[in-house]
Amino acid sequence: MGKVIVVTSGKGGVGKTTSTAALGAALASKGERVVVVDFDVGLRNLDLVMGAERRVVYDLINVIQGEAKLSQALIRDKRLETLFLLPASQTRDKDNLTPEGVERVIAELRRVFDWVICDSPAGIESGATLAMRHADVAVVVTNPEVSSVRDSDRIIGLLDSKTVKAENGERIEKHLLLTRYDSNRAERGDMLKVDDVLEILSIPLIGIIPESMDVLRASNIGAPVTLADATSMPAMAYFDAARRLSGEPLPITIPGEKRSFFGKIFGRKAA
Amino acid sequence: MSIFSLFRKQRSAPAARERLQVLLAHERASAGTDLVAVLREEILAVIARHVEVDSDRVTVKLDRDENVSILEIDVEIPIHAALAA
Repeated sequence: MGKVIVVTSGKGGVGKTTSTAALGAALASKGERVVVVDFDVGLRNLDLVMGAERRVVYDLINVIQGEAKLSQALIRDKRLETLFLLPASQTRDKDNLTPEGVERVIAELRRVFDWVICDSPAGIESGATLAMRHADVAVVVTNPEVSSVRDSDRIIGLLDSKTVKAENGERIEKHLLLTRYDSNRAERGDMLKVDDVLEILSIPLIGIIPESMDVLRASNIGAPVTLADATSMPAMAYFDAARRLSGEPLPITIPGEKRSFFGKIFGRKAA
Repeated sequence: MSIFSLFRKQRSAPAARERLQVLLAHERASAGTDLVAVLREEILAVIARHVEVDSDRVTVKLDRDENVSILEIDVEIPIHAALAA
């Protein structure tokens, strides 16, 4: 049985789709069977970030409505053969995304894949609540910025009340993925620091992705940032986050942080 | 911009942190129900039952502090309206 992950945030534009693609590709590059599922009906973009926009024939809504089989809608990645995409519909009404349909599709995907990664739409409406509904693990994507932190707090509340796990009295595993982090600005006191955000949201950290040109460059060419340039700073941070998701106890490092002389010698204490 | 303004410039991250802490403390406490909104509606409804209230003459102010919220409602009651009640 595979694990279901929801990548969520509340606020738009913080890096959910980028993170879904990057984490999916990072896990698949180790040979794990991964499917990334776009829940943003009407505003799909995961296909574009994955570079599969010209290969979409059927989508999630077609499968839910019984117009296509799951195997027909799944698009295999051209670079990694264990990575698949289930696109969202661009034209259909989001009301076609029914709770029963989503439950059936997720159950089927869980049987076939090791990881089912659901890319949530922004907001707190049905698309977002359905994307998180069957998750075992949530990755809460947050920028070090007041509106993003507030919305993440709201989403954490929903994860604790609106998911199947929560309704059954179980705890859903929640992780914070801090994106667009600029350690220089944080050091100068012009940006919330990692510890500030952690103290406010109080969920464990799965990774810190530095602000970087490489993210835009990867989406320009239609490749997950972990495949576009595996040695770039954000790619390495996503690879580390993926290893932590798999349960490896990897210490967190703050990318780009200037180390003191002693820090260089003795290394940074793990957060 | 003089070179001294570099020294005078306030760091903004501590302000962000403080504002978030105060805001989220309130939002978590009132998750699901907006107590202040309920109070505002009910208080105004009670007043309106006894005097005619001109909605333009009502000011509602809210100030949220770390530990308390202050809801301030100012209702202007014209003399004739009060006598009629």
